[in-house]
Amino acid sequence: MTRVGATRVGATRVGATQPSTTRYRQPVSLFWWTKRRSYLVFVLRELSSVAVAWFVVHFLLLVTAVHDGPAAYRAFLDWSATPLVLVVDLVALAFVVLHAVTWFTLAPKAIVVRMQGRPVPPRAVAAGHFGAWVVVSAIVAWVLVVML
Amino acid sequence: MAGPGRTARPSRAEAAAWLMFSAGGMVSALLVPVLVLLFGVLFPLGVLAPPDHAGLAALLAHPLVRILLLGLCVLALLHWAHRFRYTLVDGLQLGRMRGPISALCYAAVLAGSVWAAVVLLG
Repeated sequence: MTRVGATRVGATRVGATQPSTTRYRQPVSLFWWTKRRSYLVFVLRELSSVAVAWFVVHFLLLVTAVHDGPAAYRAFLDWSATPLVLVVDLVALAFVVLHAVTWFTLAPKAIVVRMQGRPVPPRAVAAGHFGAWVVVSAIVAWVLVVML
Repeated sequence: MAGPGRTARPSRAEAAAWLMFSAGGMVSALLVPVLVLLFGVLFPLGVLAPPDHAGLAALLAHPLVRILLLGLCVLALLHWAHRFRYTLVDGLQLGRMRGPISALCYAAVLAGSVWAAVVLLG
């Protein structure tokens, strides 16, 4: 008798000569995300992570320049003002704003907040996140623009 | 144990990746837009006066600021890695290369994190 191992969909049986199950996968175009606006927004949202990674690179270059002295800091700001870097930063800004807006909009689906035993309405959860975004951004801008 | 028709339980590593993705997504959403707007656009263009070098150097010398910025950089990279590998695997249908893609993404996170630690704490 042939010993049959644990089967999974799409897997072959251990010891069997022929696959016991076959799974049909409908071919999907590489450009499936262009078919609908919601798909496109989804892919753009996922690609926003590249802008987040670019921010880390740009920010660490800034910190390195500050450590290297006033001349290096000035040179970093001049380099950031070159057309290519400026365009990259403008595109990155659009993507990180998309990331923030979609992240805070989806927050109520990921976080269930209860107050006095009752769930807080999703709109209030999202509003709290957007409010926190405004407050944090204002504090950072105040420190960098007004204090320093 | 997952049987036929059941979804396999995610591994602890996958659960940790999702947790780090969420933490990185939150801190990135809160902090990154304003930092890109200021250091990437408004300061270089001269729309706003950039911070004085001495003041910025003093701020970056504060131990708490260094640790917070290191946390931001590491979490942001972890967020990138998780989203980017799913974008490649699902978006470009590279499911067969899931393992190497994940390894490369998290190796980049490790390299970036070491760089951030050297720059911020060194």
